[in-house]
Amino acid sequence: MRITYPHMGNLYIVIRALLTSLGLELVLPPPTSNRTVELGVRYAPEFACFPLKLNLGNFLEARELGADTILMAGGVGPCRFGYYAQVQREILEDLGIKMEMVVLEPPDTNWGELKDKIRYLLGDRSWWELVKAIRFAWYKARAVDLVEERVLYLRPRVVQPLELENKYREILHRIDEAPDKRELDRIVKNFFNFSQRLPRKSGSFLRAGLVGEIFTVLEPFANYDLERRLGLLGVEVTRSIFLSGWINEHLFRGLLRVKGTKHAKKLAAPYLNSFVGGHGRETVGSTVDFARQDYDGVIQVAPFTCMPEIVAHSVLPAVTKDYGIPTLTFYLDEQSGEAGIQTRLEAFVDLMAARRERMRKENR
Amino acid sequence: MVTLGIPRALLFYYYYPLWRAFFTNLGVQVIVSPVTNKKILDSGLHTALDEACLPVKLFFGHVLALADRVDYLFVPRLISVEHKAYICPKFMGLPDMLRARLPHLPPIIDLPVDFHRPGPTLDDFFEAVGSIFTQDRLLIRKAFQSAHETHQQFQKLLESGLLPPEAISVFEDEEVTHRRGQDNFLKIGLLGHAYNLYDPFISMDLIGKLRKMDASVITADSLPPDLIEQRVKRLPKRLFWTLGKKMLGAALNFFENKQLDGIIYLTSFGCGPESFVGELVERWAKRRGVLPLMLLTIDEHTGEAGLVTRLEAFLEMIKRRKKNENHLSTYG
Repeated sequence: MRITYPHMGNLYIVIRALLTSLGLELVLPPPTSNRTVELGVRYAPEFACFPLKLNLGNFLEARELGADTILMAGGVGPCRFGYYAQVQREILEDLGIKMEMVVLEPPDTNWGELKDKIRYLLGDRSWWELVKAIRFAWYKARAVDLVEERVLYLRPRVVQPLELENKYREILHRIDEAPDKRELDRIVKNFFNFSQRLPRKSGSFLRAGLVGEIFTVLEPFANYDLERRLGLLGVEVTRSIFLSGWINEHLFRGLLRVKGTKHAKKLAAPYLNSFVGGHGRETVGSTVDFARQDYDGVIQVAPFTCMPEIVAHSVLPAVTKDYGIPTLTFYLDEQSGEAGIQTRLEAFVDLMAARRERMRKENR
Repeated sequence: MVTLGIPRALLFYYYYPLWRAFFTNLGVQVIVSPVTNKKILDSGLHTALDEACLPVKLFFGHVLALADRVDYLFVPRLISVEHKAYICPKFMGLPDMLRARLPHLPPIIDLPVDFHRPGPTLDDFFEAVGSIFTQDRLLIRKAFQSAHETHQQFQKLLESGLLPPEAISVFEDEEVTHRRGQDNFLKIGLLGHAYNLYDPFISMDLIGKLRKMDASVITADSLPPDLIEQRVKRLPKRLFWTLGKKMLGAALNFFENKQLDGIIYLTSFGCGPESFVGELVERWAKRRGVLPLMLLTIDEHTGEAGLVTRLEAFLEMIKRRKKNENHLSTYG
């Protein structure tokens, strides 16, 4: 069994930790690239969401490297993600590609289904080993998130952005290789010490919240490296979703004390009074949350044709009206042009800056 | 008399007789928006989000056509109309989308319909809706009962071969102009969402055009619901969209229907669930190679001439195929 799984930002580090500590053999797809897009777009349905296309590209590239089993998450609706694996399986079958698909999702009829799938992956390893592996993967997720949060804070502030990016990449690599929690703690501490010594610009910086569908928020390739673009334009970005928060809510049922989206969900009413699948409700709630914390603007990202985010986007003008917070939405797919995104970002940053200046004068 | 507006859009084609019977029995005057026209569509396009799908934009137009004429608008929040299945995320947020973008609407009745998990029933829903208009519990119950009976009659009419707009006109005491012809030369299985298929403006009268071209149509709505359920049970994973299930089940039935000559699948541009369901239908049709299939994607920019040309070509192809039974490629 040579397992592969789709890329989503730095998730690969977390899943790698999980699977290798169970002694499973992995074939990681090459980092998502233009070729991945090309492959995915060629075989996926035209109006499928961007993540499905990228996933499919990942699988096809991993297949070339010898993967024979796909590990996927699933769901039971109404967001299309819950049916990804089924559609992807049909596409692969028509391409004559035989790959086993293990889809981990909330069981439809009984928990035995899920248990069987995990058992299949575990082979003759014990459940205790699984628990230990999950714990280790969790530490990695936390380490990645702490570093990312710090990078988001630092990007607009550092004098030498390139130095920061290089260090960031190096740290991710070291987290990926770290054999135990002690080493992880050391790496994170080391990075924080390093970040203290970085020469910084002075002044105040614009703050933008990033909301939207989880894949397009977390995968820089899908969002055209939006966080870094904003950082270079002098904007500190706060993400509404982090990997560890998501894992805590979906895997640990919110038992751990990590900032999640529960709070945001509550803030969505009265603008959005129902769940709408995906992260639609969280998108609206997080926008309210950022508005209340006096952020300068909110950016929403979503795959083109994403249903929950279209609902969220539809109601955002009402939030803007009540709180005066500007919002900008990007629908992303293989057709999105880099230049267009950069131009719209620059215009939005100008807008945020002008608004802040205006408010400063009014408050004087 | 209190007036209530029901937009002639989205699930109107499935539930209008039920809704109308309930409200008129309560003594509420029901007003339906006119049949879609260019003005209605345009007002929808101007107010809804660009990225929304055509049916949702059209719904905005129908709401606007009613807004000044009624005391209430009926836009129930349709989360789930059956156990373990949803319609589409956009239906769940529809009342919120309307309120955020059309601030001067009359009060919207947006009570949720959510049968995803066992719990609240249709009875509870109508009791809550009814109590907006009257405190008379008995009256509400009677109205609900009669609405329920009307719905069953409606279902029977559908199974007898009437298409939803035809069955609806039976309840409106209008003359039913067309019954399904049995002896047309071609028989076409027609797939697509009711709100696209049966809206003559949006579908550019696809059904009428097919009939004029000597083809009779059968849609998912003419098939008994049990049969559809039976078919979709064979899927490797349960499909969690009510309407998608209907399409897949109907398609699987059509594949095995020896009398059909072809399938046309009408979808709207950017429809989320359809991007998956249509894909599966297309792949299965190709693998089976039994019935020719044509996918028609429409949006507000679709031209009638293009549609007619494609229809003619498709029908011409299956006519030839019918003449030289089994000698032609089934790939359309």
